[in-house]
Amino acid sequence: MKLGFSPEEEVFRAEAASWLKAELEGAFADVRGLTSLTEMPERRRDWERRLGEAGWSCVGWPKAYGGRDATLAQQVIFAEEYARAGAPPRLNHIGIELAGPTILAFGSEEQKTRFLPKIAKGEEIWCQGYSEPGAGSDLANVRTKAWREGDEWVIEGQKIWTSLAQFSDWIFVIARTEAGSKGPKGLSFLLVPVDQSGVTVRPIHQITGEAEFNETFFDDARTAAESILGEPGDGWKVAMGLLGFERGVSTLAQQMGFRNELDAVIAAARANGEAKNPLIRQRIAKAEIGLKLMRYGALRMLTDAEDGKLNPSALTYKIQWATWRRDLGELAMDVLGQAGETVAGHEYAFPALPNLFLYSRADTIYGGTNEIQRNIIAERALGLPREPRGDLK
Amino acid sequence: MHFAFTDEQAMIAETAKTFFAENATSERTRAAMADTGVDKLLWQAFTGELGLAGVAIPEALGGVGLGMVELAIFAEEAGRHTAALPLLASLGLAAPAILAGGTDEQKARLLPRLASGDLVASFAAVNMGGTPGATISDGTLTGAALLVPHGASADLFVVATDNGVAIVERGALGLGITPLTSMDQTRPYARLDFGGVAVETLADPRAAVHAALTTGWLAIAADALGGAQACLDRTVAYTQERIQFGRSIGSFQAVKHRLADMMVAIEQARSAVYWAACAIDEASDEASFAVHAAKAFACDTYSHCAGEMIQLHGGIGFTWEHDAHLYFKRARSNASLLGTPDWHREQVAGLAGLDKAA
Repeated sequence: MKLGFSPEEEVFRAEAASWLKAELEGAFADVRGLTSLTEMPERRRDWERRLGEAGWSCVGWPKAYGGRDATLAQQVIFAEEYARAGAPPRLNHIGIELAGPTILAFGSEEQKTRFLPKIAKGEEIWCQGYSEPGAGSDLANVRTKAWREGDEWVIEGQKIWTSLAQFSDWIFVIARTEAGSKGPKGLSFLLVPVDQSGVTVRPIHQITGEAEFNETFFDDARTAAESILGEPGDGWKVAMGLLGFERGVSTLAQQMGFRNELDAVIAAARANGEAKNPLIRQRIAKAEIGLKLMRYGALRMLTDAEDGKLNPSALTYKIQWATWRRDLGELAMDVLGQAGETVAGHEYAFPALPNLFLYSRADTIYGGTNEIQRNIIAERALGLPREPRGDLK
Repeated sequence: MHFAFTDEQAMIAETAKTFFAENATSERTRAAMADTGVDKLLWQAFTGELGLAGVAIPEALGGVGLGMVELAIFAEEAGRHTAALPLLASLGLAAPAILAGGTDEQKARLLPRLASGDLVASFAAVNMGGTPGATISDGTLTGAALLVPHGASADLFVVATDNGVAIVERGALGLGITPLTSMDQTRPYARLDFGGVAVETLADPRAAVHAALTTGWLAIAADALGGAQACLDRTVAYTQERIQFGRSIGSFQAVKHRLADMMVAIEQARSAVYWAACAIDEASDEASFAVHAAKAFACDTYSHCAGEMIQLHGGIGFTWEHDAHLYFKRARSNASLLGTPDWHREQVAGLAGLDKAA
């Protein structure tokens, strides 16, 4: 058991840090320190391309597909340095963290060659088409249909909560390709271009006042026959495999964002004197500890993954971070007091900490609610009986 | 960076797991609880046959020469079975104090005997926890230590006062030892009264106290981790056997979700304990933060899980016959001993920079 890094790894760190510093103090100084995912989208695309050109976009991927063949330790180091340099959240995070690894695991050689380098070079941005109005927690209840017509798939239906669809070039869609099938059977995993007349993206206004999520409608949408991962009917298997990738090295980058949020709470508490309040001190200490335990939990999972072992504790990560962040949002408001409840001007747009209080209510819902996470932990990690299915429509 | 056991550590963990499962049975622990709180056969086997008691004591001083990760492994497995051993008192507190603060002569005289288990020591920090305290003057110790873990069965005491760390032998003139009926009978307390006891002192008291507390906090956290895991494992097994309303109670979401929450906390406690162990071994800047975090988080987790164990077992969990109360009481003792979770979090708050100027 070892936490420190080797001298060779420190050389890699210096190389990454100096490249990031040069870019973010030079040509990309304008995106440095951005925290929202959607601000300055065109510059964020430029940043994705710049990372890609220099080979710093998908460092853990094979070189053949635009990566750098980085070891786990190097990936961890890059995530740390990326955050330390004040680099912005990745506009293409769904491509990098979800679509890419899924294509790597389930795609044909042609698909890998076609899609992965474009993700690694920042040329194609991706979003995810999973949930539907009638398929939220019960994800397998998908109604979006697809069928073959000539050398194309035709897609009809509606997806919801498709974040970043407004900036995306591609969407991956779980659709029912076997008429009359139910539940996880008869689904397929399709890769669909967004820029076509059959795809309509409509923003959803959320409780923060922003519109990061969308509804995406498919009406005679088309994609090439070969744009399917796995065989027709394998969609559920591919989709569940993808959920496993949601807990990769990217979690460390996400934690760096949390670090910034906690630092902002601490700064606010020091500024207004709440840092002396013993109850606030306890809660800040809890948040500090929780954040460290996310980091070391992630390093445990990643080390085990590198050794080819699946650590069941990986199943606990989603509820852990989502609950932590929701608690941080509440702590932020208790630190700010009423001052956090108003904002200058007429626009309903709150600064980072009050916005966190509102936004973090989504964290315990999307990607599997806390309640679904508890079912998953109880059933898959602890071996307790499965929830019975009802038969209401 | 490789945050998983090495092959050697995995073997040690397997050995420890098997050893405590076979030897630290409920029956034997209960016999020890009714006696002095030490399962003497278990202690002999642990220090003698297994020969791993001096895991964190250098080989030249009769130990095994490994580190905090290995010590945590043993403490975790002992905790899993609420083993009635002076593991914390003798090896988690007294030995590191002597190792870090003793003269070469003191180390050579005492540590091999602690490693072999011939000598059982305990530790008291008399300036913690609102005790009347004790002071050393002219080579004599005067005052009292109110709550000394396994104090009635120890042969030697390391007593940290504000003006030095004294070594007191059982049987020393002027030493009074009063066993205290303790809620946790697997680690009972004793009161020590020092009526001008002639003592020797450790050369470096600051280093001694720092090492004792750091190692002790880690050992308590690891004990708590093992205990919490046992609470979960045993409760999962019970809820699958117990049938009510024609189904196992473990099939109810009200029960499943509580068990899931226990696992979420335990996995964080596991990260905390082994992070802290590594950070101490690697002399990381984070070591202090890590060990406070581990003590606070693991003890809270244990208290929560032991409470859930009783609740989810229902009436049977409230009986003396069932082991749930052994965990519940040890969890309480772990939380109180050497700083409550709130106190450790307050240390974290300071380390997190809350007192810096705005």
